[in-house]
Amino acid sequence: MRHTILSVVDPKIRVSVLDEDEIRRIHTATLDVLETVGVRFPSEKALSILEAHGARVDYQSMIAKIPGAVVEEYLLKAPSMYTLCGLEPEFDLPLDGKHSYLGTDGCGVEIIDAFTQEKRLSTKSDVSDVGRVADALPEIAFHWVPLSAQDCPVESRGLHELDAIWNVSGKHLQTESIVSEREMRFAVEMAALLAGGREALRRRPVLSIMECTISPLCHDAGSLEAGLVAAESGLPVGFMTMASCASTGPATLAGNLVVGNAEVLSALVLMQMAYPGCPVYYAAAQTATDLRTGAYTGGGPADYLFGAATNLLADFYHVPLSMGAFATGAKQPDWQAGVDNSLSAFMAASTGADMLLGAGLLHGSRIFSYEELLMDSEIWNMLCATLCGIVVDDQTLALEAIRQVGPGGHYLSHRHTLKHMRELWQPTLMDRRPYSVWEERRDGAREWAREKAQRILREHPGRRLEDGLRSELARIIALAEQRS
Amino acid sequence: MDEILQKIMNSLDEGEEEQISLLVQQALDNGFEPMTILEDALVPAMAQVGEKFACGEYFLPNLIVSAEAMKRAMTILEPLMRQRQQILKRTGVAVIGTVQGDIHEIGKTLVGTMLSVNGFEVHDLGVDVAPEKFVLAVTETGADLLGLSALLTTTMMVQRDVIQKLQEAGIRKQVKVMVGGAPVTRAWADEIGADGYAEDAIGAVEVARRLLGAGEII
Repeated sequence: MRHTILSVVDPKIRVSVLDEDEIRRIHTATLDVLETVGVRFPSEKALSILEAHGARVDYQSMIAKIPGAVVEEYLLKAPSMYTLCGLEPEFDLPLDGKHSYLGTDGCGVEIIDAFTQEKRLSTKSDVSDVGRVADALPEIAFHWVPLSAQDCPVESRGLHELDAIWNVSGKHLQTESIVSEREMRFAVEMAALLAGGREALRRRPVLSIMECTISPLCHDAGSLEAGLVAAESGLPVGFMTMASCASTGPATLAGNLVVGNAEVLSALVLMQMAYPGCPVYYAAAQTATDLRTGAYTGGGPADYLFGAATNLLADFYHVPLSMGAFATGAKQPDWQAGVDNSLSAFMAASTGADMLLGAGLLHGSRIFSYEELLMDSEIWNMLCATLCGIVVDDQTLALEAIRQVGPGGHYLSHRHTLKHMRELWQPTLMDRRPYSVWEERRDGAREWAREKAQRILREHPGRRLEDGLRSELARIIALAEQRS
Repeated sequence: MDEILQKIMNSLDEGEEEQISLLVQQALDNGFEPMTILEDALVPAMAQVGEKFACGEYFLPNLIVSAEAMKRAMTILEPLMRQRQQILKRTGVAVIGTVQGDIHEIGKTLVGTMLSVNGFEVHDLGVDVAPEKFVLAVTETGADLLGLSALLTTTMMVQRDVIQKLQEAGIRKQVKVMVGGAPVTRAWADEIGADGYAEDAIGAVEVARRLLGAGEII
């Protein structure tokens, strides 16, 4: 299979949902919250770093209040551009503000089996299988850990998930499931092994880290300390807010942005205080709470708007963004999934979000579906074509062809058509067949997506890691299990 | 294979109309028989294009330019074959046209092109064709297939008129009638007593061959 990555490059379509003044007001409100309300950091290590760099810390409540000037000072230390690396340079993803990349979604707990269609708890071999399919899809630029390896020990589960993917794919890997300092140390060791040492890993981070905040305005001790370990090693670290309107954040979208912004900035500032200049990124997947059930919804206009607004904030702070897009709340790959994932991805990509998360999960990122993964990839494919906009030059204006065909002819057999027709987007899952053909077979996108996934699972072994590295990875995991 | 025949095959694959005329002429000058050029180069090359289309490598424009190149080559070869009393194996004789009141041309022309590269002798009457003209053409050519195109819900009514006129002339049974065009459905085809219907040019060739009891399309 060809190793290409399909990304949005320098989109011509740019959506703007906040003007400069509105962004500044959100920023000012955020500084106010950080300075006067503060954020809870339930980690002595984190609190002492914050205190040493100018925050007012209450060790009793574990709340740190960070003056606005301090926040701004440390945010400036974060690099605005860097590269997420693959095991091979052909998979490198420059976060340069011009590209948007799609990753798989995570971290689901159930999977709909590709062959039996049965829904069951996910295992390590599922992580590996999804990794292989994602490896084969040019639309997928990097892996998130798509599913939890629930047949592995809790204390090393995150490492088994890395192992499963690195054993089948050379694409960049971003983990969102390692949330303790101890496990992160082993993860860094695994990454360093593949990169060729600690210094090489710093230059070529083959792993990046995603940690979550706990809305409203809290962090998790394990996540903070794991993040600090990763930052120390030069692995890009992001913190994701999932503040949900009307429950873990204010009901209003602007208020929710302020709460989420305060959470993310406070963590990024902590990383810069500890390791100035370390690569960090903004991450967000805010939504609106479902007012009937209280659930995290996944999808809907609030999500779409957050998808566009958050990148404007990340740009304001000159850090890359990893944006929760796709991730529909639908129960199956259906109309709801198509609407949610198209609109959320469009909004995030049209504002230039660097990383989009992610493809393949249903029911608010809980259930993995191969059909959905393939359909999301097709959506991404369409967006890449759409966001490029229209090229206007002498060739594309086609004046010569228009003259030759004249009124009443057709362009089907003109040389200009043969030369340019392959620039037109071609579907793999959209049904454009004659009605009678559909009538006869009554199949469509879901069947085709399933067949394609099955074919990849049967035929694509993925990139095989050399035996020495395979056993070394296994040895590190065994060590992690031994000492615990 | 001889280099010149290979070149003819390549130019048909690429739909190079000008080039294929020169090459066919050159092959004739080199002493190749028209039938050899047809059977050893043009037919297999067209079949290859059909295969590439079927597997998704080629698109409709590829098919059309190759078909047009084929037609161009045949304008040179056919008179020579006639001189030699060589009779081309025909799938059938087809009369096609867009019905009266309707000037939409592309779909109908496309069907004509596809029929002609699939062994039909095609008589294209053009657009805005009166029912009587269709009847006359069927009689004169002894056609076994009549293709009626209409792009409007208003003009598709004329398809029914043509079938009635065929009945009145007593020749309805000797010709299979196919209808097509964006508003035309299978239900409409059934209602007006047409023999066949297809939604696109590729489907039209399949239906035409089936109606005339011919085999697989090339």
